[in-house]
Amino acid sequence: MQTAGGVSACLPIHSDLDLVWVRQHVRQAAAQLGFGLVAQTKLVTAASELARNTLVHGGGGQMACAPVSRGGVPGLRLAFSDEGPGIPDLEQALRDGYTSGEGLGMGLGGARRLVHEFAIDSRPGSGTTVTVTSWVSGPPRPREEK
Amino acid sequence: MPEQEAAGHQETPAQEVGDFLRRRREQIAQRWADAALFRTVFTVSREEAVEAGRAVVEALAAVAAAERVEEQEADGFAVVREQLARMAASRSRAGSTNSQISAEVDALRPAVVDLLVAELADQPAEHVRESTTALTVLMGTLRLVVLETLLSAGQELINRQHLQLLEVATPVIKLWEGIVAVPLIGTLDSARSQVVMETLLDSIVEQHARFAILDITGVPTVDSLVAQHLMKTVAAARLMGAECIVSGIRPAIAQTIVHLGIDLGSVKTRASLADALGYALRQQGAHIVPQEPHDAGSR
Ligand SMILES: Nc1ncnc2c1ncn2[C@@H]1O[C@H](COP(=O)(O)OP(=O)(O)O)[C@@H](O)[C@H]1O
Ligand SMILES: [Mg+2]
Repeated sequence: MQTAGGVSACLPIHSDLDLVWVRQHVRQAAAQLGFGLVAQTKLVTAASELARNTLVHGGGGQMACAPVSRGGVPGLRLAFSDEGPGIPDLEQALRDGYTSGEGLGMGLGGARRLVHEFAIDSRPGSGTTVTVTSWVSGPPRPREEK
Repeated sequence: MPEQEAAGHQETPAQEVGDFLRRRREQIAQRWADAALFRTVFTVSREEAVEAGRAVVEALAAVAAAERVEEQEADGFAVVREQLARMAASRSRAGSTNSQISAEVDALRPAVVDLLVAELADQPAEHVRESTTALTVLMGTLRLVVLETLLSAGQELINRQHLQLLEVATPVIKLWEGIVAVPLIGTLDSARSQVVMETLLDSIVEQHARFAILDITGVPTVDSLVAQHLMKTVAAARLMGAECIVSGIRPAIAQTIVHLGIDLGSVKTRASLADALGYALRQQGAHIVPQEPHDAGSR
């Protein structure tokens, strides 16, 4: 209830309505951190794809949203997790046009192109977590490891 | 423990409060009928307010008798929860904030406490203190019960408003002979896009339309599902003999669609609804002649 206006949040993903909340939250969080309109739209669209996968393929789950910072550059990190069937073949799942359902099969690959960093952690049988990060002004150069 | 007063008086303070409430039910209900919470909700007749007050006093008496003055979940509240919810909702609709309503519930307390204190006038101070404390706690719990109904009502309202937003009517507008348009606003999820497709196809038949314009200026996010719905609608319209034009794709959305990797190549697009209408009119053989600009130099 107290997340309004904040960036950090953990939102449930169990219905189409929840997808509306996810998109609204990501848009508002991105705007607050200083993302431009195009960057906001990209991030919200990636979030929409990943949240829908959590709902449709993962059987529901949640999104954790947190501000991050590297080398003074602010960014937004979103983690979508479920305890669904997992993804048996990551390479196949990421291939444009591959779908195990009735979608366009563009969600995972598309989301990867819309963000700066993209990671999938999935083990068949124990769920899936997709974590994405975008930076306000392009990905910062990896300087110091910390 | 204070020493026993009257013979065999083993009642706890809570039970004593329960007895007191039963005995003074009528008097308390009469006093409450004039308090803001009741007076403003039951505007038709005072007797209604008194009746509602009696029910609440009765419920409080039951909760106290069961020695559950601190528990919002006490059975006694179940009987009046719906009534309290209706009262709170009515105040809320009239524009009161949750904290104002909370204060109105709190304002019911002095009338009862005063009555109890008056009744216990000749009892030892310790006894009076214990009993009034039990009553005060009980009234605090009543306040929480009312607040709880407000919060859950608020959540329900939000959910309902969202559903309405999703299901908002999608009118098909006839722009010209043979040209129809649907301005899409809000979320284009599966359920709604099905409705859009059906209404659009119906109106293509009804209006003998050769052109159908889908304007997505009001759609905040175009992801692969929305794109898929648009493509399906366009394909279905084509089967009905109409050409579909998607207008209102904003620059940020156009860039995003490209990165997403979706090929809208099979879909005719125009920047604005006006451009789409112009295109359709020209295709129908109409000539659109712009008016001479006032200062001829600006072209
Ligand atoms: N959270 C998930 N849990 C299980 N499988 C998933 C998940 N996300 C994606 N997948 C698999 O990856 C495939 C490709 O996903 P995506 O590119 O979004 O296409 P689509 O959702 O249209 O099928 C899905 O069809 C599904 O088999
Ligand atoms: Mg998908």
